[in-house]
Amino acid sequence: MAILVYAEHDNAELKKATLSTVTAATQMGDDVHVLVAGSGCKPVAEQAAKVAGVSKVICVDSPAYEYQLAENVSLLVKDLAGDYSHIVAPATTNGKNFMPRVAALLDVSMITDVMQVIDANTFERPIYAGNALATVKTSEDKVLVTVRTTAFDAAAAEGGSASIEELDNAQDAGKSSFVGEELAKSDRPELTSAEIVVSGGRALANGENFTKYIEPLADKLGAAIGASRAAVDAGYVPNDMQVGQTGKIVAPSLYIAAGISGAIQHLAGMKDSKVIVAINNDPEAPIATVADYFLEADLFDALPELTSKL
Amino acid sequence: MKALVAVKRVIDYNVKVRVKADNSGVDLSNTKMSINPFCEIAVEEAVRLKEAGVVDEVIVASIGPKEAQEQIRAALALGADRGILVQTDEKAYPLQVAKILKGIAEQEGTDVILLGKQAIDDDNNQTGQMLAALMGIGQGTFASEVKVEGDKVNVTREIDGGLQTVALPLPAVITTDLRLNEPRYAKLPNIMKAKKKPLDEKTPADFGVEMVSKQEIVKVTPPAERSAGVKVGSVDELIDKLKNEAKVL
Repeated sequence: MAILVYAEHDNAELKKATLSTVTAATQMGDDVHVLVAGSGCKPVAEQAAKVAGVSKVICVDSPAYEYQLAENVSLLVKDLAGDYSHIVAPATTNGKNFMPRVAALLDVSMITDVMQVIDANTFERPIYAGNALATVKTSEDKVLVTVRTTAFDAAAAEGGSASIEELDNAQDAGKSSFVGEELAKSDRPELTSAEIVVSGGRALANGENFTKYIEPLADKLGAAIGASRAAVDAGYVPNDMQVGQTGKIVAPSLYIAAGISGAIQHLAGMKDSKVIVAINNDPEAPIATVADYFLEADLFDALPELTSKL
Repeated sequence: MKALVAVKRVIDYNVKVRVKADNSGVDLSNTKMSINPFCEIAVEEAVRLKEAGVVDEVIVASIGPKEAQEQIRAALALGADRGILVQTDEKAYPLQVAKILKGIAEQEGTDVILLGKQAIDDDNNQTGQMLAALMGIGQGTFASEVKVEGDKVNVTREIDGGLQTVALPLPAVITTDLRLNEPRYAKLPNIMKAKKKPLDEKTPADFGVEMVSKQEIVKVTPPAERSAGVKVGSVDELIDKLKNEAKVL
């Protein structure tokens, strides 16, 4: 049977998280279909049809799916589930929100945050904040998983030529309604998909120092900006910039941690980065145990110097 | 209005976990156990709703071994009114836990059901959503703000990229994110009083649930160690290493 991938998008653009999810899905079976549910989401379906490895795109366009409310989306996915052996979604807040709901509606268990596909029924996933890896095998008829997008390469966004099927299936469960949203504006690359991430911690001391010291370096490198929980809790930066077990999980090729001690909760969010650089005036900071390059220095001197010399 | 809060007994978040040598799991013998931090936030929110006069009674439920009583007592010391322990020595998977919680919520007729967004041992992030689905009610996951207004609740949720607010008719399930509140500490007199608060003991069978899952953990391994890094003496050396050795710039 085929595999259904739930597309992450904002009704205009297909998110990169979807491409990584397609890669994970192709490791579970051959026939990969993508479900694009949204409102005015046809451009997204067209982008999804071009993704390499996708054989069919199902586009469901209805105001009921505009904000991806879990109550509505889960009913739609449940309706489609009959034709699929696997249902796969990215482990974004959206995927984590509706997928367990689908699982319960189908009365099956599910697997969160898969990092490796061992076979169609066996997966590796992190537990205890990434301090252990569990190999999990499921014998459910329907395999439901969310995948950690940073653990899979993105499928090519061009080269595919899937057919698009428009489906009329508007489900409004009437159990929730959208009131409003506040999205942080940023011109920088998205944190979870950026090649380089520059993160600041409590040592930055205030929000202005993020602007003064972290931003110029990030701009120079074309990097996304992250933060430790301490910096977020202290109000230096908004919480969608938090990297860690309870924030975003990132795995860029270069992660620069400035003034971050490296608590377990933070390491869980970034220790799969290819190269980690730590700039810290405390050589005993736990971040030193995971850093490839450790510069013992005052970040208020080192960051401007680094920015000017690059 | 009644509130139900689910709490899980987990390894304390400060403890560095060790994987057992036979790869059967994580070594939990003689380790400090606590209430899962997200569950503590859920208890705090329920108690605040009670203090605000929105909720009359806060019921705390835990599904797990006999020792999970300690976590229920800890929640009672924070201000919950009574506890229910559903005792089982089997591993509790989210779907089975959700089915038991549904049984409790229906038996007690609770209007607000609070859970943590995830437990820090299995990191599943599923139980609240599954419970809402089984009960056919709305869910407000990753909540950073909860406002009950009459027979509905507005929940502000932490989503990728910012915040989203949804309105849910009651009863509803809410799962807590870190920033929802700062849990209080239990005061000694309250810890003493908590010992006298009622605590019912039940079994999964009382709710018609079997603790078997079609999911199985085959093995648990430690993550790959990162190779030891090097100290660099200057910014110039750092740039040189990144360019020529790591080749990431």
